[in-house]
Amino acid sequence: MNELTSLTLADARDGLRQKRFSADELTAAHLAAMEQARALNAFVLETPERAREMAKACDARLARGEAGPLEGIPLAVKDMFCTAGIRSTACSRILRDFVPTYESTVTANLWRDGAVLIGKTNCDEFAMGSSNETSCFGSVISPWRPRGANTPLTPGGSSGGSAAAVAARLCLGATGTDTGGSIRQPAALTGTVGMKPTYGRCSRWGIVAFASSLDQAGPFARTVRDAAILLRSMAGPDPKDATCADLPVPDYEQAVGRSVKGLRIGVPKEYRLDGMPAEIETLWQQGGEWLRNAGAELVEVSLPHTRYALPAYYIVCPAEASSNLARYDGVRYGLRVEGGDINAMYEATRAAGFGREVRRRVMIGTYVLSAGYYDAYYLRAQKVRTLIKQDFEQVFARGIDAILTPATPSAAFALGEKSGSDPIEMYLNDVFTVTVNMAGLPGLAVPAGLDARGLPLGLQLIGRPFDEATLFSLGHVIEQAAGHFAPERWW
Amino acid sequence: MPVDAATVRRIAHLARIAVAEDEVAHLQGELNAILAFVEQLSEVDVQGVEPMTSVMPMKMKMRPDVVTEGDMADRILSNAPASDGGFFLVPKVVE
Repeated sequence: MNELTSLTLADARDGLRQKRFSADELTAAHLAAMEQARALNAFVLETPERAREMAKACDARLARGEAGPLEGIPLAVKDMFCTAGIRSTACSRILRDFVPTYESTVTANLWRDGAVLIGKTNCDEFAMGSSNETSCFGSVISPWRPRGANTPLTPGGSSGGSAAAVAARLCLGATGTDTGGSIRQPAALTGTVGMKPTYGRCSRWGIVAFASSLDQAGPFARTVRDAAILLRSMAGPDPKDATCADLPVPDYEQAVGRSVKGLRIGVPKEYRLDGMPAEIETLWQQGGEWLRNAGAELVEVSLPHTRYALPAYYIVCPAEASSNLARYDGVRYGLRVEGGDINAMYEATRAAGFGREVRRRVMIGTYVLSAGYYDAYYLRAQKVRTLIKQDFEQVFARGIDAILTPATPSAAFALGEKSGSDPIEMYLNDVFTVTVNMAGLPGLAVPAGLDARGLPLGLQLIGRPFDEATLFSLGHVIEQAAGHFAPERWW
Repeated sequence: MPVDAATVRRIAHLARIAVAEDEVAHLQGELNAILAFVEQLSEVDVQGVEPMTSVMPMKMKMRPDVVTEGDMADRILSNAPASDGGFFLVPKVVE
């Protein structure tokens, strides 16, 4: 770790403009850090040549005074985003050699604004998982370890590589995707800031599709300000995605440091779970206290259908996944395993190309959409989803500006601890985050403290549709009070 | 509604995923665990509730009906496992 990798994104941006160091130096420092951190398995592809090329172009633009908002900033990109000419795999064997000829809109926006790609990050296969253990490239090892132990922990998932890379200071920020918590849960488990924007805020074009009505891209960073800077570049209208909102993107950085005085913060009683560790409860209360001290008002609210969000999610999400993943047929791209006839080829290709969790979800999705079961499962789940969204609408209609909850039901767990034969154990990790995807709302995970073993814990702020700005204001208050948390380097 | 072994085989075929005979029992257990978990939804009163079709209300975008992209057969075929003369190759489907 050196001085340049310890900077925040905002400080690095300012330093580049003041010519205190060059984009080339900043990139070189991060490439070195990435290389020295291979034990974490956070990257599935390092792109040092591309990074140096991009940094050189940044220095030329900086010299001409044409710097973009992210000029010269080294970033990592989750391997769910297609990057032109750079292998993009979704961490699945079925896409192991896939080299897209096009660029996702979100990453194209980042390069437009001057960012530098240092590599593609590891994630759960097709983003299906909460621990990064379903990746065909193997698990990411969290840079965090319990105090006085060397148990390998999960960084969370599915965007585990992005979270680990940001926490370990291998890059100044990273992209993630969040379908049920895949940005906010790993952010919470690694002491980083993660934002899932409102559905439609970021274009989904060029992102490997998992569950299209739930997927959203968002940033990871080490500070709320840095996440705000990144989201402004990532977001925006896109004619290539019909579900991408035609709304102007505010300058989110302006919201950081804005007063939260008089804001009304809902505290949903249904998020108080039986058997939740006392530390989570204490942290939640502490977070409320910090917001109150900053002038916000805390109000107990009720979201009565909360407990049905996870079961409804495990119908809607696999159903959409089974439909989206039908495209992996061994014909147009990806792996192909020959069989006797075309059906045997499809079946052999998909059996060899998809890992266990993906096969399981595709099968569940196929079942709930199949003739005779559609009404009982899928239609009912979509009705429950309406009720979940109405819960939030009613709370916001009462003048609540944002909702405060824990981000996860526990701190990071050990690799292998929850990947046994009962899939539900892993699914329960997303109990606080999945509701937000079901309702399409923005959610921000902010580090708020450490547990007794010295592991990070996060709080979640849920906002009104397209009001990410208020979340950045509130998140900054929590960050100011809680401080920053960095893992001790062992790698 | 738990699934039996025959249903597991039928779903696997519908999903076009080859399943070996010795995987069926295991898969059946996993699928039934998930189905038992989602069973809680049956206790929710959904009488008169509209199923969600769009999570954010938005108007369908319209665009001029013109060709915007094209002439990129090489790019489209560049990741194909098998192609010939500008076509994807598949095992014989018509006798």
